[in-house]
Amino acid sequence: MMKRDTMNPYLAGFFLGMVLLATIFVTGRGLGASGALKSLVVTAVADVAPAHAESSPFYAHYVGPGKDSPLKSWLAFEVAGVLIGAFVSGLVSDRLKVVTEAGPRVASRLRWLFALAGGALFGVGAQLARGCTSGAALSGMAVLSTAGFVTMLAIFGTGYAVAWFARGLWLGGNVER
Amino acid sequence: MGPFVPDLISDQLNLVVALVLGLGFGFVLEQAGFSSSRRLVGVFYGYDFTVLRVFFTAAVTAMIGVLLLGSAGLLDVDAIFVNPTWLWPAVVGGIIMGVGFVIGGYCPGTSVCAAAIGKVDAMFFVGGGLLGIFGFAEAYPLVQTFNDSSALGPVKVFTSLGISQGVFAFLLIAAAVAAFAATTWIERRVAPASAPSLSFARRPHVLAGAALLVLGVVLLVLPDYKGRILSRVSSPSYAVAHAVPVMTADELAFRIVDHEPNVRIVDVRSPKAWAARSLPGSVNVATRDLFGKEWSATLSPRHVRKVVVGETEEQARIAGLLIRELGYENVAVLEGGFPKFEKTILTPAPFAFAGGRWDADVARFRDDARAEIARLAEQAKKAGQKQPIKEKKIQGGC
Repeated sequence: MMKRDTMNPYLAGFFLGMVLLATIFVTGRGLGASGALKSLVVTAVADVAPAHAESSPFYAHYVGPGKDSPLKSWLAFEVAGVLIGAFVSGLVSDRLKVVTEAGPRVASRLRWLFALAGGALFGVGAQLARGCTSGAALSGMAVLSTAGFVTMLAIFGTGYAVAWFARGLWLGGNVER
Repeated sequence: MGPFVPDLISDQLNLVVALVLGLGFGFVLEQAGFSSSRRLVGVFYGYDFTVLRVFFTAAVTAMIGVLLLGSAGLLDVDAIFVNPTWLWPAVVGGIIMGVGFVIGGYCPGTSVCAAAIGKVDAMFFVGGGLLGIFGFAEAYPLVQTFNDSSALGPVKVFTSLGISQGVFAFLLIAAAVAAFAATTWIERRVAPASAPSLSFARRPHVLAGAALLVLGVVLLVLPDYKGRILSRVSSPSYAVAHAVPVMTADELAFRIVDHEPNVRIVDVRSPKAWAARSLPGSVNVATRDLFGKEWSATLSPRHVRKVVVGETEEQARIAGLLIRELGYENVAVLEGGFPKFEKTILTPAPFAFAGGRWDADVARFRDDARAEIARLAEQAKKAGQKQPIKEKKIQGGC
């Protein structure tokens, strides 16, 4: 039997569900992640090129005279909490380590490239779907939003559809970790 | 009754709440092993279904919690944020994210967790996410039309499927339990030596699955809170046991003409009927909306008599009983419904003298009241009927 270094997934799922439920119960909204990255981008653009930000229909929605900084948003604070919470978890479980994790046949540089590309795709997709796996799929499903289920099915359905083409990135050699 | 934003928790405090909830979110994600890309993508290759287990359990747990709290009247499910649907953008966005998941090995939330414990690939993923959002923002004018297409609003999934909430909740739970069993079977065949499920003790897992199914059956038959209270106050036996004072058309007309400050007319007829003809100073609210916090300022003052006006006296009585059931006091209902008021006061008709001592006074009063109410109604129309401002809706989404 393999020694497990992480929490039982069902128990973790239950705790995650309780955190989400507490969020909905107290604040009336769900959790998220990609929205905080958007706040970062909008803030950076508004600082570097304020005129451009105000003339663009995308940025103008978030910045402009009389509006708070996008970093003073709920999701930005929540994701700051995620960073700290994950760090604390890594600390107590002795998992803090600067390392690149890649499939057995993938060099670190290639892994970085694909991680960058995957992140970029998520950045684009999360704008269209109004949220990522957390904000749209998970939180949306909890409140029985149609968008939540559609997004979840599209993400995971596509994942299975394209996994075979990307198998070289993850499989090969010794699959076991 | 939750949610506590924006009434009990201010926008500023809400940011602190966000930080604390984020802490819990990040801690649990990392404890679940979501800071490992190889573990995350295992769900697509069959050697590690941790993602499916955590994700599905979390979604089902939160959904069950929302439904139970809603049914118990502890959470106003009509006030919480429901992610609006833009159907085709959601599909296309989901497809793009699916590809991103498989080649990048993370999703945004998990990449933040992994970056926090030092995974360099996750830092690249976060950087890629920033670039992707920047690219989308710059290309926004080109995709704006598609981005805003097929907007369905905050529609619920059971409505889209044409089934009841309870049936959908049960089916989702059954699907989750079936998926947990099936993926465990698959995982042990794909990775016979290292499947995470090998370390699961069989008994507690089977018991937990069975308990979940029992909860699903409970949800199947669970009445919703508002419907339950409405049906209780609508029953004839409840009306017998809880009488509501009745106000005659003449008395209400007198109080309107007298500019009595401590009377509030709550009109529960349809918005169309209210717009066509209504009493000066009345507010229009559907009976079901009386649950909303936005009406508590109107209904709370004890010294103000709330006079409920309905299409029929029965409609007004049900709304009046509901107002009392919700904890407000000093309620009366208009006798005979709005049509009787219309006939008695608003329509010039020859008074049927029945030989009563005060008949002449009553006839004169009704003539005066008709003229005065018409004048007040005209005045109100010029000023624009004032409805209490609807409460600011909770914002959400990414």
